[in-house]
Amino acid sequence: MPEVTMTVNGKHVKGQIEGRTLLVDFIRENLGLTGTHVGCDTSQCGACVVHVDGKAVKACTMFAAEAEGAEVRTIESMAEPDGTLHPIQAAFREHHGLQCGFCTPGMVMSAAALLAENPTPTEAEIRDYLEGNICRCTGYHNIVKAILAASGQDVSRIAAE
Amino acid sequence: MYAFEIDRPTTLADAIKALGAEDAQALGGGQTLIPSLKQRLASPARLVCLSGVAEIKGIRTADDGALCIGGGTTHADVAAGAGAYPALAALAANIGDPAVRNRGTIGGSLANNDPSACYPAAVLASGATVVTNTRQIAADDFFDGMFATALEEGEIITEVRFPVPEAASYQKFEQPASRFALVGVFVAKYATGVRVAVTGASEGGVFRWSEAEAALTSSFTPEALDGLVLSGDGMIADLHGSGAYRAHLVDVMTRRAVAAAG
Repeated sequence: MPEVTMTVNGKHVKGQIEGRTLLVDFIRENLGLTGTHVGCDTSQCGACVVHVDGKAVKACTMFAAEAEGAEVRTIESMAEPDGTLHPIQAAFREHHGLQCGFCTPGMVMSAAALLAENPTPTEAEIRDYLEGNICRCTGYHNIVKAILAASGQDVSRIAAE
Repeated sequence: MYAFEIDRPTTLADAIKALGAEDAQALGGGQTLIPSLKQRLASPARLVCLSGVAEIKGIRTADDGALCIGGGTTHADVAAGAGAYPALAALAANIGDPAVRNRGTIGGSLANNDPSACYPAAVLASGATVVTNTRQIAADDFFDGMFATALEEGEIITEVRFPVPEAASYQKFEQPASRFALVGVFVAKYATGVRVAVTGASEGGVFRWSEAEAALTSSFTPEALDGLVLSGDGMIADLHGSGAYRAHLVDVMTRRAVAAAG
């Protein structure tokens, strides 16, 4: 059984894995970080999005062995150690960007990747970027609004939707 | 998923060596292969990850002006770095979703040759050259029907060389659930003539629409296609659309591509 080492949320971790161990399973089962969710397990829904070397990826469609030596960031790294929410998380709460919350970890990680690339995206750019993140509760409007708000932009113009 | 051994070589030489093992298969970005493994549509004994092989990643311009993209380059990196060939960068920017584009690679897409994938249309319309660890393969000789290519066992796509056209555009009519191309048409205009490649439509995989190429070489306008009839015979027919519908879409998307390319 091969061993894999990587950095997850700033901590150096290692573990015994099978070749077929998915990154998301390593994160959830070996590390106990269950904030990253498995929704569809077919790379459609985006609930499992994490950052690998700064890039958003679907952790259900990457093997743990492929993340050897990588810098991985999960939803658990977003809030401050004292529990203060990351501005994107705070915006999701403020603008009701979640209902059941299942998709939220992936939504927040995708939003963080978007804002790192494009600090002031348009509404259309946000919707386009979320193409691979599916939410079955909100109808997306409040998620889009939350991300616009987190980027410091005016959200009043989409408030009526 | 059945169990398998996994190798993560960091050099091309080590990857080639690892692929020499019995029942070994290359893993590009895994955005198609990993779902296939989960469905048990593939069950190799050994997977050789190419994502750690730096020497097959990156974009460069060759002395003859061709845009050369390493086989292990992700769609996101092509979208960001293929500015010298804007239609190709735009195609890469619209494959899948952002997370998929951060993993999926051009070499993986071409080796898989999904009949609805975008890259095969670009490679065929550009008359690109697929470079492997053993040889160079012209686009016209590379694609060999649905999910089939000229690649031999253990052969790795190291680079794809695209001659940059005077004008080009890729137009994709998306299947709204999967966002794969229901039909996609890549039109590229070179000094030597126009090439038109169609993905998503034919049961034979990507193909060149030679009648349209001849008409567009005479006159690079959407109207040049007036009177051409593409048969629905041999076109993919499924719940998303009949063969005749796809044939009609090929005409429409070709016109849009010509109009967009200017």
